Amino acid sequence: MAEFRMPSLGADMEAGTLVEWMVKPSDKVKRGDIVAVVETQKGAIEIEIFETGVIEKILVDIGTKVPVGTPLATLRTKVEAEAGVKEPAAPEAPAIMPPPIPKPAEAPPIAAALPEVSPLPGRLRASPAARQLAQAHGLDLTTITGSGAGGAIVLKDVEARLASMPSPPPKKPVIGLDLGAMRAAIAAAMARSKREIPHYYLQHQVDVTGCEAWLAERNAARPPQSRLLLGALAAKAVASALRRFPAFNGFWQNGKFEAAPAVHLGMAIAIRGGGLAAPAIHDADRLSCDELMAAMRDLVQRMRFGRIRSSEIADATITVSSLGERGVEALFGIIYPPQVAIVGFGKVVTRPWVVEGIIQPRSILTVTLSGDHRVSDGHAGALFLVEIDRLLQEPEKL
Amino acid sequence: MQQDQARPAPQETTYREAVRAAIRDAMQRDERVFLMGEDVGRYGGCYAVSKGLLAEFGPKRIRDTPLSESGFTGAGIGAAMAGMRPIVEVMTVNFSLLALDQILNNAASIRSMSGNQFGVPLVIRMATGAGRQLAAQHSHSLEGWYAHIPGIKVLAPATLEDARGMLWTALEDPDPVLIFENIMLYNMSGPLAADAGPVDIDKAAIRRAGRDISLITYGGSLFKTLEAATQLAAEGVEAEVVDLRSLRPLDDETIVASVRKTRRAVVIDEGWRSGSLAAEICMRLVEQAFFDLDAPLARVCSEEVPIPYPSHLEQAAIPQATKIVAAAKRVLGREG
Repeated sequence: MAEFRMPSLGADMEAGTLVEWMVKPSDKVKRGDIVAVVETQKGAIEIEIFETGVIEKILVDIGTKVPVGTPLATLRTKVEAEAGVKEPAAPEAPAIMPPPIPKPAEAPPIAAALPEVSPLPGRLRASPAARQLAQAHGLDLTTITGSGAGGAIVLKDVEARLASMPSPPPKKPVIGLDLGAMRAAIAAAMARSKREIPHYYLQHQVDVTGCEAWLAERNAARPPQSRLLLGALAAKAVASALRRFPAFNGFWQNGKFEAAPAVHLGMAIAIRGGGLAAPAIHDADRLSCDELMAAMRDLVQRMRFGRIRSSEIADATITVSSLGERGVEALFGIIYPPQVAIVGFGKVVTRPWVVEGIIQPRSILTVTLSGDHRVSDGHAGALFLVEIDRLLQEPEKL
Repeated sequence: MQQDQARPAPQETTYREAVRAAIRDAMQRDERVFLMGEDVGRYGGCYAVSKGLLAEFGPKRIRDTPLSESGFTGAGIGAAMAGMRPIVEVMTVNFSLLALDQILNNAASIRSMSGNQFGVPLVIRMATGAGRQLAAQHSHSLEGWYAHIPGIKVLAPATLEDARGMLWTALEDPDPVLIFENIMLYNMSGPLAADAGPVDIDKAAIRRAGRDISLITYGGSLFKTLEAATQLAAEGVEAEVVDLRSLRPLDDETIVASVRKTRRAVVIDEGWRSGSLAAEICMRLVEQAFFDLDAPLARVCSEEVPIPYPSHLEQAAIPQATKIVAAAKRVLGREG
């Protein structure tokens, strides 16, 4: 029997609210299947399962907020299912039954005055009176610490919360993207980054005139929705460059750097209304530019609907942030912990540029690197940016 | 407390004497009243309640019966139907099981089955409860069973005033009334107004007011519960003590009003826990006050064993103030 638990979707996540079950008991699941949707500060995340088997029991109801690590469901793993592990088989009855031996001993349990019933995992313990008052004021009980028996939320806990609140009650909890919560998550992660990570910053201007020409040619015959954009080339160049510069791809954890075995490129995506997230494109270095473009489009689309998978949120090994056409020339990013680097792409601008001794108008893209000085130095960072430049000079090989 | 000058001074009285005074008063008020039961005459009653009454009222009105609960309870039912106002004393609730057929199938049913042509204005008194080392067969608290039966009323006088006052009101009732006197109360002594008289038999009483938790009980457990409330008060918990007085019908109004105020309740019932009167009260609270509740309901009942003979085990088996305090604190989330 395996347990499917509330995953940690980032170091700052403490709890998540289950908003949807995609499976029910006795459904077969395999590794990678999306089995549930969980609401976090980062929005609604589709949660994948990492074991293959049969869902046995759902342990957490929809709408329940549970801490990271709480079992959400149990499943019989593939091995158990094949072995038919279910209940120990009853021994074969002997031909002649011995007379039943009277059992004198089994004294009925003497119930305590207040039987201790352990709470269902993740089920909120709150008294009816507390629930009613909280509901009347649109209060989210999951934000209240209980002081009653067994940690239950009782009336006075709700009253205390109400007394401590400014007069207008908070809006009801939002299912989907909660920009307020997302802002809080960004604040926590960025403050932690600036507190803990000694950033260094490098800037390099890349002539992408060749890229643009190549793209114009490639896109000439394509409808707008399948056109390749410079952003995909830039992302691919970063992913490819990381193969030679693993010190920028991985996590700083427990006081040391661990290089990631694969390149999962986190794409910073701005959300209307002020949100920001950086879900990952898995194995970006192995994707063709077209595949990468499709993945980016898909990610942006799903991000806007608030539907991002758990692995996408937690797995990014480096972040790429592109300001695009409406931005400015350069941006210097803040590393998203526990990652160790963020690459920034500014807006492409036309600049007078000296090519082979002649001043020409060229399309210039400013690439920046914010690196974690605990892991890498400016020298390595410079070589990394130059490698990105080199790769972008040969878009056809990307 | 200031004494009302017009009223005679209270007399120090035992519960036993209060019941006897009630019987004497009823005999004097109404010629149709008579007392019948095992050893109520020459012996003066198993618990000495009727001592002296034979000499005062004579053998026609204080009648010793054979050891046949079914027989004399049935005779009482017949007498009541024929216009008398009998008081049948069953020595203890344990022996009332032999009269259960008469009580349930006749006394409780005849008004309904006769289309309201006959009623049974009968009072059956019996002793109940554990605590005197009378062992498993003589220590039952089965009043909750009787409270299950429609067609009768079930009373549990706990105070001197109720011991003195419930009988006459019960005799005036047109239907059977069972009065359960807890054996541990007979020796209880206290001041009782010399002019104490009939009291109502359909209302619960608040014996102690409080805002934090309702302790709901009756009969012999009342004083353990009041003791528990005193202990709780020392720890800053103001418990309200509700004395049910009538187990059937239950005074939902008073019970629910108390719990709606305190939002928490412990029911103390000397009956066994499973299928108990405490269970019924808890369910009514859930039905009528669910959204007012701020904690799980709790019960202190007798342990689910035949009541043991050894004193320490007997005391451990039945509700005690310490258990009530512990249950109340659990409900209040103030364990440990």
